[in-house]
Amino acid sequence: MNPGEAYLLPRDSPLEQMATFAGVCGLVGFVVCGAMAVATPAAVAESYLFAFLFWSGIPLGSLAILMLQHITGGAWGAVLRRILEAATRTLPLLAILFLPILFSTGLLFEWARPEVVEHDLVLQHKRAYLNVPFFAFRAVLYFVVWIVLSHFLSEWSRRQDRAPESIGLRLENISRGGLLLFVLTMTFASIDWAMSLEPHWYSTMYGILFIGGQVLSALAFVIPVTAVLAARPPMLEVMTADRFQDLGKLLLAFVMVWAYFSFSQFLIIWSADLPEETPWYLRRLSQGWQWAAIALIILHFMLPFVLLLSRDLKRSRRWLMAVAAVVLAMRAIDLSWLVLPAFDRGGLLWVPSDFAAFLGVGGLWFYYYVRQLRSAPMLPLNDESLPEMRGLQP
Amino acid sequence: MSAGIYGLMAEFSDPSALVSAARKTREAGYVRIDAYTPYPIEELDEAIGIHHTRLPMIALIGGIVGGLAGFGLQYWTSVIDYPINVGGRPLFSWPAFIPVAFECTILGAALSAVFGMLGLNGLPQPYHPVFNVPRFALASRDRFFLCIEAADPNFDADETWSFLSRLQPRQVSQVDE
Repeated sequence: MNPGEAYLLPRDSPLEQMATFAGVCGLVGFVVCGAMAVATPAAVAESYLFAFLFWSGIPLGSLAILMLQHITGGAWGAVLRRILEAATRTLPLLAILFLPILFSTGLLFEWARPEVVEHDLVLQHKRAYLNVPFFAFRAVLYFVVWIVLSHFLSEWSRRQDRAPESIGLRLENISRGGLLLFVLTMTFASIDWAMSLEPHWYSTMYGILFIGGQVLSALAFVIPVTAVLAARPPMLEVMTADRFQDLGKLLLAFVMVWAYFSFSQFLIIWSADLPEETPWYLRRLSQGWQWAAIALIILHFMLPFVLLLSRDLKRSRRWLMAVAAVVLAMRAIDLSWLVLPAFDRGGLLWVPSDFAAFLGVGGLWFYYYVRQLRSAPMLPLNDESLPEMRGLQP
Repeated sequence: MSAGIYGLMAEFSDPSALVSAARKTREAGYVRIDAYTPYPIEELDEAIGIHHTRLPMIALIGGIVGGLAGFGLQYWTSVIDYPINVGGRPLFSWPAFIPVAFECTILGAALSAVFGMLGLNGLPQPYHPVFNVPRFALASRDRFFLCIEAADPNFDADETWSFLSRLQPRQVSQVDE
């Protein structure tokens, strides 16, 4: 018998039922989106872009955390490793899910409409970068980089299971360069896919703000997944209160990083008060979006910040899961606040196609995620910090 | 209680032996115990029965006081004491006050954590009986010590000595007052 078999995702795990449910939701969501797209293709494209940016944040943030834990080490990383690897292996699916965006650039982006660019001097100057063929080329490049990185990270990690020889250094080295490459490609991707929705506006903070948000999304996603898995073996034995506390500390740190980046961007633009920069915030602080902004300050920062200060809360599986769920929900609100005010919706914050696209992309993604989770042991069997995690003394 | 004795001390050569000895000591009903190690050991707090300290609360209060003071100082200087029109912005430009208030929060929390820690530990302390054991100098190198204090209600010089010896330490020493 394969020694890793005892470490596979249990067949009766609640995640399996959730995956089936999510798969059905995903199909329904896509059918509804398709039907709506006949009448209002632009509105559906907008919703789809928002949904894609939210759900792709989880695997991309996971890729960043995965490489970070290979560089820094530690028991928290070893328990999360397989859960993160599974998330990064969904990137090929996301590359396919990106195709609808690629084919609706004209509906989404001003710079892709020749009749707009014709009368806009600034966009004519930006045409060397903001044009559809180059946009498509860059998107392909980003996905190739991410998929190659995630492939080797998963592949070598699995090889470590089969052969006990240390492959850790190789994983560490690919992570060093990989993290650098990820931050570069993701910065450009966030500019292409989200910032260029308002092509006159620019912020040097945007890329890193986007990445910080993705890492937070990924943490807020893997904490509930880990908490569900921790209810039974094999994760039961390693997910002690100490490990949950580690994850809680990381969540707290990234909640603060998000707030820090968000506020830095706001403070710089608010202080300079320049006519080409302020419209971005003016749109997001009027027409109802100000309520989303206030909700973000309270529920995306203040509430999780205050709660996560507590040691007892971080050590409690259920409480930590609840806080992470709130953060994850607020990540969706944050993404919608970043993306959707760029479009003219006549004073509506969210429209039905937003929910349909959110369910469609998210459902399919989660179904595929659980499939990936099933394909490898839940723990890196030969990781050097595994004996320590199980509480065995060296 | 024996006069002139601070307690009994057992010496261990690795951290896990110390942690398991500390657990057994707690199970045997001793409460006035302390452990000394060259570096922090994660499970030790819990093993010697320290669950909660007041330090996080002190740091939190220090942080809140620091933050409010930093914000208040800026409000007072730029709105009340010396109002200046800067580029037409309102006098009470709260976004600009946030970074300084944030730094003051950290300053307040850090200072109250350091001084709170010293205060709760009773430091600086020029004399402590554990240093009367010559081998105790090794606690800052590679040895791990567990001390049962004579003030413990269950302390009995002979019985506690034989209890400690059963934990398989490298050696048991008497700590003089």
